[in-house]
Amino acid sequence: MLEITWLIPALPLAGFLVLLALGRRLGEPLAGWLATAAVGGSFAASVVVFLGLQAEGEEGRSYVQTLYEWVPAGGFTVDVGFLADPLSVTMCLFITGVGALIHLYSIGYMHGDPNFTKFFVYLNLFVFSMLMLVLGDNLLLTFLGWEGVGACSYFLISFWHTSDANASAGKKAFVTNRIGDWGYMVAMFLTFTALGSISYVDIQRGAGGLATTTATGIALLLLVAAVGKSAQLPLFVWLPDAMAGPTPVSALIHAATMVTSGVYLLVRMNPVLAQAEAWAPTAIAVVGALTALFAATIAVAQTDIKKVLAYSTVSQLGYLFLAIGSGAYVAAIFHMVTHAVFKALLFLGSGSVIHGMGDEQDMRRMGALRKIMPITAITFMFGWLAIAGIPPFSGFWSKDEILLFAFEKSPALWVIGFATAILTAFYMSRQVFMTFFGEARWDRPLEEAVPELAAERGLTPGHPEADEAPVEEGAEGDEAHAPTVANVYEAGHLPHGVGPKEAIHPHESGWLMTLPLVVLSAFALVAGFLQTPFSDDTKVLEHWLEPVVAPDEAILDVTGTFQASLALIAVLGAVAGLVVAFLLYYRRRWADRPVEPVLLLKGWYYDSSIAAFMGGPGRRGFDAVAWFDRHVIDGAVNGVAALVRGTGSGVRRTQSGFVRAYAGIVTGGAVVVVFVLLLRGVVL
Amino acid sequence: MVAAVSSGWYLSLAAVLFSLGAVGVMIRRNPLVMFMCVELMLNAVNLTFVTFARELDDVGGQVVVFFVLVVAAAEVVVGLGIIVSILRRRPAATADDASLLRG
Repeated sequence: MLEITWLIPALPLAGFLVLLALGRRLGEPLAGWLATAAVGGSFAASVVVFLGLQAEGEEGRSYVQTLYEWVPAGGFTVDVGFLADPLSVTMCLFITGVGALIHLYSIGYMHGDPNFTKFFVYLNLFVFSMLMLVLGDNLLLTFLGWEGVGACSYFLISFWHTSDANASAGKKAFVTNRIGDWGYMVAMFLTFTALGSISYVDIQRGAGGLATTTATGIALLLLVAAVGKSAQLPLFVWLPDAMAGPTPVSALIHAATMVTSGVYLLVRMNPVLAQAEAWAPTAIAVVGALTALFAATIAVAQTDIKKVLAYSTVSQLGYLFLAIGSGAYVAAIFHMVTHAVFKALLFLGSGSVIHGMGDEQDMRRMGALRKIMPITAITFMFGWLAIAGIPPFSGFWSKDEILLFAFEKSPALWVIGFATAILTAFYMSRQVFMTFFGEARWDRPLEEAVPELAAERGLTPGHPEADEAPVEEGAEGDEAHAPTVANVYEAGHLPHGVGPKEAIHPHESGWLMTLPLVVLSAFALVAGFLQTPFSDDTKVLEHWLEPVVAPDEAILDVTGTFQASLALIAVLGAVAGLVVAFLLYYRRRWADRPVEPVLLLKGWYYDSSIAAFMGGPGRRGFDAVAWFDRHVIDGAVNGVAALVRGTGSGVRRTQSGFVRAYAGIVTGGAVVVVFVLLLRGVVL
Repeated sequence: MVAAVSSGWYLSLAAVLFSLGAVGVMIRRNPLVMFMCVELMLNAVNLTFVTFARELDDVGGQVVVFFVLVVAAAEVVVGLGIIVSILRRRPAATADDASLLRG
């Protein structure tokens, strides 16, 4: 059954190729169904491989399928080979599973888009790249997928590329990821230098013999790679902007695929991490903890329904890094799986809301949607409870396990994680209350319902906020003639995903969109039982992953009572966050004036400081570098060329065409040769 | 019996002939004369070959001389052809006039 491993990535690739060739002819919705079927088939193949691996004994759970020799170069060879082991198959299962649901959802969501088929071309390519990333049996093949998801995220984030904001968001994701790619490549070179091979099997076998400094170097470079791909401090800036893409893309990038690849890489390379100096994992844990808290504080104040989720993703990924740094690889994978499910659910839910609201994304305009969109609302609440860490929803189990290991590593890390957990419960509750409860705010004119928002969009003149309005929201307002509701909305020049047409008629989405929500919400409820701490038998995931991570997994030595009390504290914290949000937002205290600090709304001005730096001093620095390149580097190269050319044109003069001159030169040369020979005869 | 002439004399003669020939090639303008000087150089070399053949009691040197003569004859045929064709186009045949092949 393991022989069909190659089918897992091959099916989305086939879907991609077929759609590329015939997509336009198939049209909507057939192209979408084809793409969904490809990923669904891939999921089926993953299940078969999963069952096949389970049938193997504990030792045999690693299967390498080599298709062909890709780069044979002397003693260095890279095969196109797939490694099916518990880790990669776990990843495949949720990538293709959640991915198929997202594809299905997209058929409904992208209905009517002029580039319907193109969207599915990209989606299939994305899934294919991600599967190459996790299935590749060596670092180079993984890198192929790594770059593939990078390129696809660029295509998909700037899918509606006619709007400047979307196009630049795609560029931002692409450029930021390059920094991570640098780390990846150098880590790969270093691994090859140290071990003479880059295949995972060899790395796992040979890592024990690595010098500590080499291992530390590789670990830190991998951290750089993972920080770029998984959007951690200081490189998280691209992920919130990735909201510019269609919502299913956000779900795919944020939940199931791209951002998890950094975590996957670190888990995959865990033998190397174990060999590194003790402070290297600690650095990973600290990066994770700080990112988790930092992003959570920003999420607290966002008004855009997707931005909240975006910062939430950054924050949750921080947890995953915290887990890896604490040596809790199983917990990291566990939370990655549950997060993939509930974050995909939340994103698709928000997409359903946005769809129903006619592209309105601002939560200040929503409210009371619970009655109109019951399925979306109920499934969304499943996701909410899961991420908030309310038992028995899945997020509770996985987050708690991470916090437990963090406590073992250092109580300070636990405190940060715990604070993040409270904030998570708070901002998610805020989102739910603002969106689904309270009074309906979408049926009143924007100027009355949310004056600040109206000012940001340039509908009411003279508001102080209007000048600072973010580009994607305010730029389209034409300043030449005073904008009014009528001429801004009717001109239809608000970019996609930025604002609604005048009248909003919320409605529940079709079954194509609600079915994935229902399936995902069921998983959000039960996925936690993959791994529960009650007894050794209930730790299913841990036993499953044992062949990959067991030797390096941190071992807890806390008592069950202590565990239970930590869990209780975590639950109390989550409930506290929930209650505060309830008081603030359900009781509509917020309606008087916004309670969120502007500092947090603007994300600590982190992004804008970077932009300001890049535009000012950074720009000058880059100019200086460019000058250096143009004049010194190019100068050296061109100088050599000029030297050769000058010498050549000088020597050319001796080619006079005078036979006697040539004869003289030849004779002179002969004399010199004879002279030298004679001299040698005398001296030597 | 007359005492055998030592090889040193032959070699000295050859060196003198060779130098005369080389100087002639360099300083004369008339291509025909230059040509004859080249022949002089060749024959000087032939003389050394023969000398060494006698000195070493090896017939190889004598054989090489035949080759040199053959090649020289061929060269003369081609060279004279070229010179004649140049003379047809130009009034005077000085070697320096024909510098068409300069770089």
